[in-house]
Amino acid sequence: MEIIKQREEEIVAEFELFDNWMEKYEYIIELGKELPLLPESEKSDELLIEGCQSRVWLKTSGDYRLIEFHASADAIITKGIIALLIRLVNKIQPQDLVTYDFAVVHKIGLEEHLSPTRSNGLNGMIKRLKNEALKQLKA
Amino acid sequence: MSDNSKKTFIVREIREQFPALRQQVYGKNLIYFDNGATSQKPQLVLDAINKFYSKENANIHRGVHFMSQKATTEYEESRKRIQRFINARKSDEVIFTKGTTDGINLVANSFGELLKTGDEIIISAMEHHSNIVPWQMLCMRKGLTLRVAPINERGELLMETFEQMLTKKTKLVAITHISNTLGTINPIKEIVSKAHAVGAKVLVDGAQSIQHLKIDVKALDCDFYVFSSHKVFGPTGIGVLYGKESLLDAMPPYQGGGDMISKVTFERTTYNELPFKFEAGTPHVAGGICLGKAFEYLESIDFDAAEKHERSLAKYAEDILDTFEGLRIIGEAKDKTSVVSFAFKNIHPFDIGTLLDKQGIAVRTGHHCTQPLMDFYKISGTVRASFAFYNTIQEIDTFVEALEKSLNMLK
Repeated sequence: MEIIKQREEEIVAEFELFDNWMEKYEYIIELGKELPLLPESEKSDELLIEGCQSRVWLKTSGDYRLIEFHASADAIITKGIIALLIRLVNKIQPQDLVTYDFAVVHKIGLEEHLSPTRSNGLNGMIKRLKNEALKQLKA
Repeated sequence: MSDNSKKTFIVREIREQFPALRQQVYGKNLIYFDNGATSQKPQLVLDAINKFYSKENANIHRGVHFMSQKATTEYEESRKRIQRFINARKSDEVIFTKGTTDGINLVANSFGELLKTGDEIIISAMEHHSNIVPWQMLCMRKGLTLRVAPINERGELLMETFEQMLTKKTKLVAITHISNTLGTINPIKEIVSKAHAVGAKVLVDGAQSIQHLKIDVKALDCDFYVFSSHKVFGPTGIGVLYGKESLLDAMPPYQGGGDMISKVTFERTTYNELPFKFEAGTPHVAGGICLGKAFEYLESIDFDAAEKHERSLAKYAEDILDTFEGLRIIGEAKDKTSVVSFAFKNIHPFDIGTLLDKQGIAVRTGHHCTQPLMDFYKISGTVRASFAFYNTIQEIDTFVEALEKSLNMLK
């Protein structure tokens, strides 16, 4: 859990540098652009996290000791958000991911994306990340 | 044809009546361009809501006491005002519902009961999911066929094809008056006369037309016309189904309960007369009364000038948006209301909507509950700016600047 907390603090510190919403989103967009893309051939329905507005694909690898994620999305902001989540929980023990509360979402002011009206799937992304971790633990 | 008794249409004065427009979001003055989703409310409606719950709240149609009778009178007065506004023959033809969707479901379930296996229903390719799914469900239940009248690239109904689809089997045409996604105004009069020629009835989805056009159900000669209060400056949770009396009389009740009965025994129940036959249970009393207030407000303004203003806003916005590289306007019908939908080839509508929001601008993004229409245009969604008469040219200028800024960030 140490490692997630450390990453969370880093992210919160980065977001504190921004004066306004547009700067915050400029950063999220940059993260989205930097996210290594999943090749088209890998964007299968199985990997899809269907949201109302934007689609996200999440690929998982690893085992009960270490879990790894790759993702893509059709909207850049959504891509930025999943990139942020992956940076937080990539290559950690699945057990840590299962118990992590994703408080970072509130700390950096992205909670609006959790509301069902936004429906860009942040809720769905978090649920899927946790489910993938659970699967690794049960495997 | 301005009515002299009405005030000259001045946007600044109109805006003063809508407190929701005077606020900041994310530190920016709110620009509300999501009127296709719902409209803001004038002070007259807000005061009426407050007054009803502060002083007049009572159940209606059954109390002997002062408050119940007063609320009943106001509720029924509202029905009459709506009847006059849409020019229905009788107030009995005005049924209160929860909204457009509820009205369509009422007709699908009640009128639908009268249909038989093999009968056909025609809808159009530009329908909202609410005017697709209830008919699909009915067709499944009763063994009917649902047919879809196609449109052209501009988003106009192909009238010739529609005409060819009409046969003796056609029992109902359910069509939107104005497309919520494209802004297309369908030629309802012509559609009705062609449908009637083969003996089919016509339901008009008026969710997007009641607030933009002067509706005259007698002149349109439609058999049903449905709309929601919240899109026409009234409260949420209430709407209207207009239906021709002879049809409504012939239709079985939709829901059972209090108010819709004449006499109940365990063996047999007789139903109440119109409009109560279709209004089971305690209705949305405050909603009904305050929807009447919304129409009272509309009667007080120069509606023709308001409509003209809305169209000039859309034209102004479209002319500027047309100059944006890579921008495609979705919906270019000749006859169109104040809706501007657009899409970019490589930019997701969600990204634009999110960045506009952070600049204080409310637009709608996505498929607008018209997924088959998105499939037709081969896009995942659009950004939709939908204007009301309280919007201004200055707001569009700010919107355009914000859009440019968003596009630069997304490049």
